[in-house]
Amino acid sequence: MRDLIRVITLSWAIATAMPALGVPSPMGEDEARLLLTRTGFAATADDVRVFSRLTREQAVERLLAGARTTAVTPAPGWSSEFTSFRRLRQLPEEEKKAFLQRELVKSLELRAWWLEEMLRTPSPLTERMTLFWHNHFVSSQQKVRSPVLMYRQNTLLRRYALGRFGELLHAVSKAPAMIVFLDNASNRRGQPNENFAREVMELFTLGEGRYSETDIKEAARAFTGWSIEPDTGQFKFRPFQHDYGVKTVLGRSGNFDGDDVLDILLARPESAEFITAKLWREFVSPQPDPVEVKRVAARFRASGFDIKVALRGLLTCPALYAPENRGVLVKSPVELTVGTLQLFRVETGELTPFALLTAALGQNLFAPPNVKGWPGGEAWINSTTLLARKQFLERLFRAQEMRTEPQAMMAALRGGAGPGIRNPGKLGPEMRDRFIKALTDIHFDEQTWMAAFGGDPRAVERAVLLIEPVNPIDPGMQGMDLIRALTQDPVYQLK
Amino acid sequence: MSEWDEATIMNRRNFLKSAGALSWIAVGPELAFAAGSAPYDRLLVLVELKGGNDGLNTVVPYADREYYALRPRLAVPRDQVLKLDDRAGLHPSLQALMPLWGARELAIVQGVGYPQPNLSHFRSIEIWDTASDSAQYLDQGWLARVFSRNPVASDFAADGLVVGSQEMGPLSGGTTRALALADPQRFLRQADLVTDTGRSRNPALEHILKVERDIQQAASRLTVDIELKTTFPPGPFGNALKTAAQVIGGRGRVAAVKVSLNGFDTHSSQIATQSRLLQELAGGLTAFKAALVEVGKWDTTLILSYAEFGRRPKENQSGGTDHGTANAHFVLGGKVKGGLHGPPPALNRLDGNGNMAFAVDFRALYATVLERWWGLPSADILGGRYATLDVVKV
Repeated sequence: MRDLIRVITLSWAIATAMPALGVPSPMGEDEARLLLTRTGFAATADDVRVFSRLTREQAVERLLAGARTTAVTPAPGWSSEFTSFRRLRQLPEEEKKAFLQRELVKSLELRAWWLEEMLRTPSPLTERMTLFWHNHFVSSQQKVRSPVLMYRQNTLLRRYALGRFGELLHAVSKAPAMIVFLDNASNRRGQPNENFAREVMELFTLGEGRYSETDIKEAARAFTGWSIEPDTGQFKFRPFQHDYGVKTVLGRSGNFDGDDVLDILLARPESAEFITAKLWREFVSPQPDPVEVKRVAARFRASGFDIKVALRGLLTCPALYAPENRGVLVKSPVELTVGTLQLFRVETGELTPFALLTAALGQNLFAPPNVKGWPGGEAWINSTTLLARKQFLERLFRAQEMRTEPQAMMAALRGGAGPGIRNPGKLGPEMRDRFIKALTDIHFDEQTWMAAFGGDPRAVERAVLLIEPVNPIDPGMQGMDLIRALTQDPVYQLK
Repeated sequence: MSEWDEATIMNRRNFLKSAGALSWIAVGPELAFAAGSAPYDRLLVLVELKGGNDGLNTVVPYADREYYALRPRLAVPRDQVLKLDDRAGLHPSLQALMPLWGARELAIVQGVGYPQPNLSHFRSIEIWDTASDSAQYLDQGWLARVFSRNPVASDFAADGLVVGSQEMGPLSGGTTRALALADPQRFLRQADLVTDTGRSRNPALEHILKVERDIQQAASRLTVDIELKTTFPPGPFGNALKTAAQVIGGRGRVAAVKVSLNGFDTHSSQIATQSRLLQELAGGLTAFKAALVEVGKWDTTLILSYAEFGRRPKENQSGGTDHGTANAHFVLGGKVKGGLHGPPPALNRLDGNGNMAFAVDFRALYATVLERWWGLPSADILGGRYATLDVVKV
């Protein structure tokens, strides 16, 4: 016994002394779990094991090195078939109706496709960043009304997700979904539309109040002529609609075009800080540390806006691992849904029901509520969404019920999802059958999953919750009871 | 009028504190009300006409030739309008509201908007929800601000209730006990999933625990078992109003309720869509009144419509109208002073986008709710003073 104590004391002393000696120590399971949950959707047992042996720096390098620029999930079959807006307007009423119904199905499939990618990707960080940019450079299917354009924009966001912010800004500003969403197609010489010019400064680069109304008016003139080709849905510059006069934006004057203005915005130090602070709130904590943000932003800017540089700075920052920052972020509906399916290795068929679920929980993919995006954080949780979250988890871990009551599940998945598809039954009998099939395909193998923990409830608890539960877990609890108790605890909503 | 109101606001705080209040009581019984009873004995019901209802075809300026010139296809023919006076008339689909108008329980405010109007749905509704200036971003809804400065009694089931939607709108943010309610029976059933107690210093966890407390409090006080004799029109709007009436008629009390009617973004085929929606609106509101009379709450309820914007006076090429600015809105209730307020639309003075100038700032409607309905000061909530409207009976 005394020997044992001596060994423990010794290893503790070595472990605590190592950082002081400058020898990097492995991060261990707790930190690995935190890092994987914060940068992905869940920390699976296999990943935790691998990452626990790496130092923080090694772990972050591994995440960044795994970044992807394309999806692994095959694109939806219709993704290359753009329907000309012009042709659509000329369709007879009946055909138009049928077309719009198909578009609804496509927009549902598009959401399921992305969820599928989040679930299967070897680089969850890529999808988290794609989602981050979707919520930053917001466009919504509600206004764009073209699943193809939304799909194209999504692939663009993924291509640059961990690339260079400047390239992303230029590319996404010309993305047809953005041109439609922020009305730049109607921004013409002599009749400027300020929508894009305002949002690009306020929401995409500088942040509120760091420009004047005159800057917006002048910048809007620079973006005139940025339009789309209605037959192909591609970006098109229309020289006859462009204002070739001299503009003055943020103190600089010249015959600027839209790209020039974007470069002027990028050159301002505020932009790097604005993006870095937003990334901090996404990955570290709700309150950015201004000193650290400045430090990381300076490197981010000096690197030519390499997003990996900003992420490396934030993810190796001690604040991320600080005990007081554990469990201070609310899981988004998508994180909760994908994370739960991943963590518990839930088998699924097509993911359309989960697309509706995240919508019912307040996050309808491809349809953020407005150009500011989902406010996130505590706003994810209200009386309806919290009960819906708990009910989803409750039902998922009564797998029997899920399989035998597709009707009830469908009802549970509906609910006030905001604009979009409220009732899958309305999409016709085929979609309805697909839904019921998808619901019966959901399966959680409790025994296999539990077996990995060797019957130790504390090990299960650590795997499921990042902080102490509100309701202490009864040490005798096992099986589905234990899983339900853990996932119903309020801290399961946190990361 | 406005000077009087401003003086009232400026002095109300002093008045409430001062023992020498008698000198002020002479100004008006409204003030005595403000000091005498709890503000939230009176209920506010907000009806959002989502998408931006076309006010010009709702309250039709049927004597204005310009109106018919701007809308050769869409204008409501003069002989079909339900005449309110010699210039304005309601859309025929609002027939169900005429008895309310006759009973002088319906006030109509024309020309409601704000300076530098934003034509984006999202941004403009945010401006309305937060009662901000056009270029000002506020985090909290205007009702959330009201309830954090003038707290609702703790024995209420909730401060506010959003029925049939998750957009908390004016109730979002702050410490508001706001409840999103879709199906109250389901809510009461699901509420059993929430059993946690305690507080946390972790703000995110504390927020979840607060929502759990709100759910538990609401679930313990709300009752929705009341059997209403009134039948409501079918559809989500009728259902939401029915739910609202059941809650209002039940034992749990709330200070404000929000319901929405969707689909007013009529860029094309407006005639059929708007007729259907206005009929749904009028039918729903009439049933709602009947239900409130049934439960004895009609005299303590004020209903106010709102929307992100009105629509452009000139019809577009697709048989619809595009995003506009100034709009007409309804105020209804047993204590409403009926009639037309605000100037008729000035269709000969449109702005560069072809939109109308506003005449009544939307925050004047909110100021009216605050001061005349609830007897609360409004300037600090609304970030300025807005002349209230004479739409509430003393």
